[in-house]
Amino acid sequence: MRKISRLNRPYEAYLFLTPWILGFLCFTLIPMLMSLYFSFTKYDLFTAPRFIGFENFLTMAMDVRLIKSLKVTGTYVALTVPFQVMFALLVALVLKKNITGVRIYRAIYYLPSLFGGSVAIAILWRRLLNKQGVVNKILELFGFEGLNWIATPSTALYTLVLLGVWQFGASMVIFLGGLKQISQDYYEAAEIEGANKRKQFFHITLPLLTPMVFFSLVMTIINAFQSFTSAYIISGGTGSPIDSTLFYTLYLYIKGFQHFSMGYASAMAWGLLVIIALITGIMFLIGKYWVYYDE
Amino acid sequence: MYIEKWKVGVKHFLIILFGLMMLYPLLWMLSASFKPENEIFTGLSFLPTVPTLGNYVNGWKGVSGVIFGRFFLNSLFIAIACIIGNVISCSMAAYAFAKLNFKLKKIMFATMMVTLMLPFHVRLIPQYIVFNKLGWINTYFPLILPRYFAIEGFFVFLLVQFMRTISNEMLEAPRIDGCGSFRIYISFILPLSTPALVTVAIFTFIWTWNDFFSQMIYLSDPITFTVSLALRNFIDSTGNSSWGSLFSMSCLSLAPLFIVFIVFQRYLIEGITSGSLKG
Repeated sequence: MRKISRLNRPYEAYLFLTPWILGFLCFTLIPMLMSLYFSFTKYDLFTAPRFIGFENFLTMAMDVRLIKSLKVTGTYVALTVPFQVMFALLVALVLKKNITGVRIYRAIYYLPSLFGGSVAIAILWRRLLNKQGVVNKILELFGFEGLNWIATPSTALYTLVLLGVWQFGASMVIFLGGLKQISQDYYEAAEIEGANKRKQFFHITLPLLTPMVFFSLVMTIINAFQSFTSAYIISGGTGSPIDSTLFYTLYLYIKGFQHFSMGYASAMAWGLLVIIALITGIMFLIGKYWVYYDE
Repeated sequence: MYIEKWKVGVKHFLIILFGLMMLYPLLWMLSASFKPENEIFTGLSFLPTVPTLGNYVNGWKGVSGVIFGRFFLNSLFIAIACIIGNVISCSMAAYAFAKLNFKLKKIMFATMMVTLMLPFHVRLIPQYIVFNKLGWINTYFPLILPRYFAIEGFFVFLLVQFMRTISNEMLEAPRIDGCGSFRIYISFILPLSTPALVTVAIFTFIWTWNDFFSQMIYLSDPITFTVSLALRNFIDSTGNSSWGSLFSMSCLSLAPLFIVFIVFQRYLIEGITSGSLKG
């Protein structure tokens, strides 16, 4: 390592980093500062932005729809993420051993994650869970009368949660990788010491897997907060019925690109950033107590 | 002995049962796409009584006079352009972070990791305003151009983790022979990182193919529509009348993802895991 550092000229590194540096400045840092500025203005895209101080943020605090969208998103994240990670872990544990057909099994459980974010699947979901949908057909076989799950305010959000949980395959793949990296030596040593399977799981597998669980929790939470496509397609772009599927990002889209309140939408974007930063920060703090690192 | 076998059998049975439950919605849509319109929601049988290609013929006609083939080409064009951009720019940045030494390395790498967690909404509106001023609405520049500047921190991170596993001794030899960093990047780093680069390419493909939000914001002219946008407009224009065509085109829109998945399964399920997280 040290030998190499003497051999590469410093400017070469910056040459390789040029695209990244330019991209960071032009597509991240400057836009972020601009949107921070816009969040203190009233801006409709056609006339010049007008500075209004904290008005956008004050309006946000009293915006009933915004508060509703926070509740909807919060509920979605709180329900989707734990189930997703739990199923991912469970299935990864079952599929970690090289049993016959394991490759096909892994592929099957991964497939929903591959397709899940698409418009096509959101369309399918909309049709599966409405009044004449297949889910109700199946319920009828058991003698239940189904609802129009998509159009009923009290159930609409749960159809989205179901769609989210259905896509646990992505996290499963990360866990499978983690399980593969756990050295077999640990288990052999445990076997000699006389530890049973249950003990091995709680004292070897689980602790060594915690970094992956942590990483996957952080990433799924960040992604879940930004979900958009499914809610947009299933609610026809409105967050209906009575705003029960109005995700925060959907409301941001409506404000920014349908009402052209660019200032307000920027303020909302910064609101989202702060929420995500706070949650990530808290997770890292709590992580110190349960995530196990080798060194 | 018998109990062992029996246990294994039950395990496989459960795995397959739950797997089928997971796949049921997909299989249902595939089957529905071959059913005549009036049979889709009335018939109880899973398979179409008389399979028909009518939905596909109808659906292929597209929206606003633009056939579906065009939307596929548009999506494919964007995806390929983004793949090239991501592979080149992210691998360059990753090489610098993984194998070269420079003063600001630590702080720059930390910055890159932070961008990984930023919601893209904080840059969305100014980007839209600037691209709008440049007259780039209804062009693919806003979707493609940023990809040539290594903006996907996740890919840079993934490549850094992979490149760190390339042995330094191997890279030292050409250095001593007088090779510059550029030569080493082309002749050693890129070929040795092929598996990780393939993973980056596949994920770029999946994400651009499934993308909806940015495409919707920047594209409004039907001739520029991608598959995602065309499907969205399909619901709006046909209402609830032609679910058959909608399902047929939905199935078709998932086909490229499925093909990529079948061909590159190894890189998707094994690739992301092997070098990506530890180190």
